[in-house]
Amino acid sequence: MTLPDITERAAAAGLLDVAYTTFDSPLGRLLLAGTEQGLVRLAYLDSAEEAMLLEQLASRISPRILAAPRRLDEPRRELDEYFAGSRTRFELPLDLSLTRGFSRRVLQAASRIPFGSVSTYKSVAGEAGNARASRAAGNALGANPIPIVVPCHRVLHSTGGLGGYTGGLERKRALLELEGRPAV
Amino acid sequence: MTLPPFQALLDAHGHDVHRFLIATVGQAEADDCFQETWLAALRAYPQLRDASNLRGWLLTIAHRKAIDAFRTRSRGPLPVPELPEEPAASAAELADDHLWAQIRGLPAKQRTAVTLRFLTDAAYDEISRMMGTSPEAARRNVHEGLKRLRMEYQR
Repeated sequence: MTLPDITERAAAAGLLDVAYTTFDSPLGRLLLAGTEQGLVRLAYLDSAEEAMLLEQLASRISPRILAAPRRLDEPRRELDEYFAGSRTRFELPLDLSLTRGFSRRVLQAASRIPFGSVSTYKSVAGEAGNARASRAAGNALGANPIPIVVPCHRVLHSTGGLGGYTGGLERKRALLELEGRPAV
Repeated sequence: MTLPPFQALLDAHGHDVHRFLIATVGQAEADDCFQETWLAALRAYPQLRDASNLRGWLLTIAHRKAIDAFRTRSRGPLPVPELPEEPAASAAELADDHLWAQIRGLPAKQRTAVTLRFLTDAAYDEISRMMGTSPEAARRNVHEGLKRLRMEYQR
C-alpha cells in the first residue's frame, strides 16, 4: 500500500530542506538533490551508494531530507534536453553551499566555459585567483558536487591530456563527444 | 550527533505509523493524521537529542495526533456511519474490516494499547512510555481490550 505523500505539505511549511530523486541518464543512474536555492548535488550512482550520499547531505546540509521527485522536475528536464542535444546551457539555479573558498571559485570559473569549448587546470586556477594552484584546482574539480551542470569535464591538461574526472574518464570522453569535441 | 536522513525514517516506520492511525482514528482520517504526524516529526527532527528509539518517538507523535483528532471530532457534529464505497473484494477483507471496526469500538486506552501491541509489535514498556502509564497498566489495557474483542467476536 502506498503511503500518503508528505512532501507537498512539508515544502509548503518550509520543512523540506533537501529534496532528492534518482534519474536515469545515458551516462547511468544519477542522484539529484536540491534545496530552496537550487540544485545542490548531482552524483553518479555507481561510484557512490545512494545511502552514503544521503547521509553526507544530512550531515552537511540538513537531516530534513525527503524523496520528492517532482521538486526536481526542472533539473531533470534540462538534463534530458542536454543529453538529447537540444540544450547547450543550463539555466537552473544552483546551490554551491557544499563548496567554499578557492574550490568554489574554481567551480564558478569552470561554469563560465561554454558548451563545446575546453579550458585548462592552469587557466581555471588563474581565474579563481591563483595561477600556480592548478593541482588544487584539479582537486576542486574532482570534488565537484554538481558535475555535468557545472562542466568540470571541459577542463583538460595544458598538454592536451584528458586529466581526471569524478565519474571516470569514459564519462568525460562521452560528455566532450556529446558537445562535439571528441577527446584524444 | 548525526541524524539519519529523514526519508530513512519514513521508509522504515511509515507503514507502522499508518497502520496504527487506521486502527485508532479510522481509514477516513488516517491519511490526514499521518501527514500531521510526519510534519510534526520533521519540524522537531533537527533538534532531536536522542535518536536511539526513533520508532517510539514517531508512534508517540502519532498517538498525540490521534488524540487531537478525537477531540476535534467530539466537538464537531456526529459523523454519519461510514458506508463502504465499494464491496469488499473477499471474505478475508470483510472480516478484516469488521475487526477494525471492533477495535475502534474499544475504549480509547484499550484501543491504543491493543493497536500498539499487535499492529506495530511494541513491547509493553514501549507502550507504557508512549501512553504515559505504568507497564502494568499497559499490560492490563492490552489484556482487557483483547478480552473484550474476544467476547464481541464470539457473539
